[in-house]
Amino acid sequence: MRPATALLAAASLALAGSVAARADFLQPVAAVEAVNDDAVVQGMPRLLSQFGFFTDGAGQAPAARVTPYRLNTPLYSDGAEKLRFVYVPEGKRMEANGDGLIDFPVGTALIKTFAFGEGSERRLIETRVLLHRESGWVALPYVWNAEQTDAALAIAGARMSVVTPAGEAISYRVPNKNQCKECHGLDDAVIPIGPKARNLSGEWLAANLDEVPAGADRLVVWEKRSASGVAAVARAYLDVNCAHCHRPGATASNSGLDLRWEQDDPHALGVMKRPVAAGRGAGGLLFDVVPGDPDQSILLHRMLSNDPGVAMPEVGKSSIDREGTEAVRRWIEEMPK
Amino acid sequence: MFRMTIAAALLATAAPALAETHVVTPGDGAQERLQEALIMAQPGDEIVLEAGRYAMSDGLSLDVEDVTVRGAGMDGTVLDFTGQQGAGEGLLVTSDNVTLRDFALENPKGDGVKSKGADNIVYHRIRVTWTRGPHPENGAYGIYPVESTGILVDGVKVTGASDAGIYVGQSDRITVRNSIAEANVAGIEIENSRNALVAHNVATRNTGGILVFDLPSLPVMGGGNVIIENNLVVANDTPNFAPPGNIVAGVRRGTGIMVMANEKVLIENNILSGNPTAPVMVIAYVQPYEDARYNPLPREVVVGTNSYDGGGYDPQLDGAEMLLAAFGGELPPVLWDGLGSLAAVEGTAGWSLNLAEAGKGLGAAQPGPLVVTAPASAFDRSGIGAPAALEARLGG
Repeated sequence: MRPATALLAAASLALAGSVAARADFLQPVAAVEAVNDDAVVQGMPRLLSQFGFFTDGAGQAPAARVTPYRLNTPLYSDGAEKLRFVYVPEGKRMEANGDGLIDFPVGTALIKTFAFGEGSERRLIETRVLLHRESGWVALPYVWNAEQTDAALAIAGARMSVVTPAGEAISYRVPNKNQCKECHGLDDAVIPIGPKARNLSGEWLAANLDEVPAGADRLVVWEKRSASGVAAVARAYLDVNCAHCHRPGATASNSGLDLRWEQDDPHALGVMKRPVAAGRGAGGLLFDVVPGDPDQSILLHRMLSNDPGVAMPEVGKSSIDREGTEAVRRWIEEMPK
Repeated sequence: MFRMTIAAALLATAAPALAETHVVTPGDGAQERLQEALIMAQPGDEIVLEAGRYAMSDGLSLDVEDVTVRGAGMDGTVLDFTGQQGAGEGLLVTSDNVTLRDFALENPKGDGVKSKGADNIVYHRIRVTWTRGPHPENGAYGIYPVESTGILVDGVKVTGASDAGIYVGQSDRITVRNSIAEANVAGIEIENSRNALVAHNVATRNTGGILVFDLPSLPVMGGGNVIIENNLVVANDTPNFAPPGNIVAGVRRGTGIMVMANEKVLIENNILSGNPTAPVMVIAYVQPYEDARYNPLPREVVVGTNSYDGGGYDPQLDGAEMLLAAFGGELPPVLWDGLGSLAAVEGTAGWSLNLAEAGKGLGAAQPGPLVVTAPASAFDRSGIGAPAALEARLGG
C-alpha cells in the first residue's frame, strides 16, 4: 500500500466517524494547554484535538495564544453561531499590510467553529481550520461527534439534519476540502477571506497587530446596521458574502460581476448588466440589478432561491438569509432609476 | 508516524512511476468515497469508476493536476445527480492536465462538468443527459470549460441543456470534435474564445446547432480564429426552451450555424439540412453595450463550400411571410445582416438585411440577395485547435 493510499484509508475512517459519529474510536483526548505547532505546519491530523487549539473543546475555551475575534459583517451560514479564533505561534505576530489586509505569519491558524442551538442546547457541528504553511494556506474541515468530545477530519464533507435559528429544518452541508477553495481561492492560491482590516474592529486590531491597517473597521457592525445607510449595509453584505467569488481572479471571475467593497463601477456591480452564463439561474430576468426594481434583479432572485443551479452562493448555505436579502432589496429599491 | 507518512507521500509524488489507480465502486457512501478519491489523488494517478449507477447528493470537484478520471463507458458508469442537493455543477475541475473519460452524468441541477482555469483538459466519451428532454429547468451547460488554454472535447454527447450542450467560454486553443449535441438550446457554443476547431460533430434537434459568439463586458473578449468544418448540422428545430434573459434565449428555432461578433471564422464542408430559419447566419451583436474594448461586428467571416439541403423554409423572423414570398417560398441558406465583413465562395446562395448600423434593430433592414466577394486567400489555420500533446491521452 502506497502512503497516499494509507492516507486515503485513514481519511475514509475519519469520514465514517464524521457521518456515523462512532464513539468507539473517537475517544476524547486529554486537554492540552499549548497548541501543537507541528500539526499546524504539516500533515492532516485526523482529530481536531490533535492541534490543541482548545483547553475545552465542547466549551470552545481557547488555549494560550488562541485569540477570539468577530467580524463586523459576518458571512451567512444558515444562521449558525460562529466562533472564530486566530492562533499565532510564539515569537511571531500579525502585521498590517498596505492593502488594508493582514499578513499572517507562517504557522498561523484560523479556526472557525459552527454551532446551532442556545445555552445548554448548543451543539457544535463543525470546525474549519485554515493553516498557514510554508507552501501556502491549507483548509481542512472537521466534524464534531455526537458526544461533543472531539471533531474528526471529514475531507469529503458531510451532510446532517439541523434546525436553523429561524426554525427551518435543513440538510446542513459541511463543505469538502475542495469546496473550501471555491470560496478561499484567489489566483490559484488559498487565502483567508474573513479577517480583513475593514471588517474587524479597530480595538481588536490595535490589540493584536503592529499597527491598525489603513481602511480598518469600515464595514457596518451587522446588528447595528439600522444606524447606517442602506447602500453601506448592502455593500458590506455583498462584499462579505459574494465578493470572494465574484471578483477578478476568483471562482466566479468569468461572470464579469465584481461585488467587492472597493468596486465603484455600477456595471461591474451588476447594474443593468446582462448575465453571462447564468442559465436558468437568471429566472427569466434580464439584468443582474435593475435600479428601483428588486424583483426584476437576478442578483436578488438567486439569493432568494434554495434550488441548486439557481441559488447563490452555490456553497456554504442551505437556507435563505432573510436579513441579507432584505438589505439587498432595500439597496436596489432605493437606487435611482 | 503520521508525519513520516506525509513525507513519504510527497516523495512518491515526485516519482511518476509510482502513479496509482484508485478504484471507486457504486453503492453506499459513493458520494464521499468518490469525492475522497478526487481529493486524495496524487498527480499522475488514475481514478477508475467501476460500472454502475452512482447516486450523488452533492457536486463533485477535482483540484489535483495530472489526474485521469476513467469510467467503464458513457453508458456503463453513470453519475446520477437526480438527488443533488447542493453545488452549481455535477463535477468541477480547477486543476491542469486532467483527463475525463468514459462516464456519464445525468440530471445535474446546474451545469454538468465545469472546468475553470483548467489548462490542457481532455473530455473524452463523456455523456451529459437531462433525461426528461428539453425543459427550461434543466441545467445550463453540459460540458463547460471556461478561462482555460488547451481544451480537447472528443466523442462526448450532451442532451437537454437549457443553454448550450457543449459550451467553451473565454478560452484559447480548443478542439471540439466527434461529438453529438442533441436537443439542447444551443448545441455547441464557442464564446469569447480564440483558436477553436469545431469539426466532425453532429448537432441535431437543438434550437441552434453551432454558435460562435463574442459578448461584451467579460474578462476575456475578442473571439476569433475559429474553424467550423465537416459537421452534420441537421434538423435543429426544437422550439427555444431557454429561460428568458440568457443570450441564447434569443436564438431563433432552426438556426444551423450562427456567427455573432467575431473575427476570422471559417464555415466549410458542413452538411446543413432541415434548419428552418437559417442554415448559416452571420450577424452583429444586437444589444446595447457599454464597453469601449468591444467590437460588435462579424469581421473576415468566410463561408466556404457547404452542402445545403434547403434553406430557411420556416423562418422565425419578423415579416417571415413577406420574406418568403419575396424569395420564392424559401429563404436562401446564408443570412447576413450586412454589417462587418463576409466573404463567400462563388455560387453561395444567400440574402442580406443590408443594415447600416449595429444595435439599431431591424427597422432599417432592406432585405436583398447576398452580394459579397469570394475569399481573397486561403484561411490561415495556424495555431487553431487544441495542442497536439492532448491527443496522446486518447489511447487506451
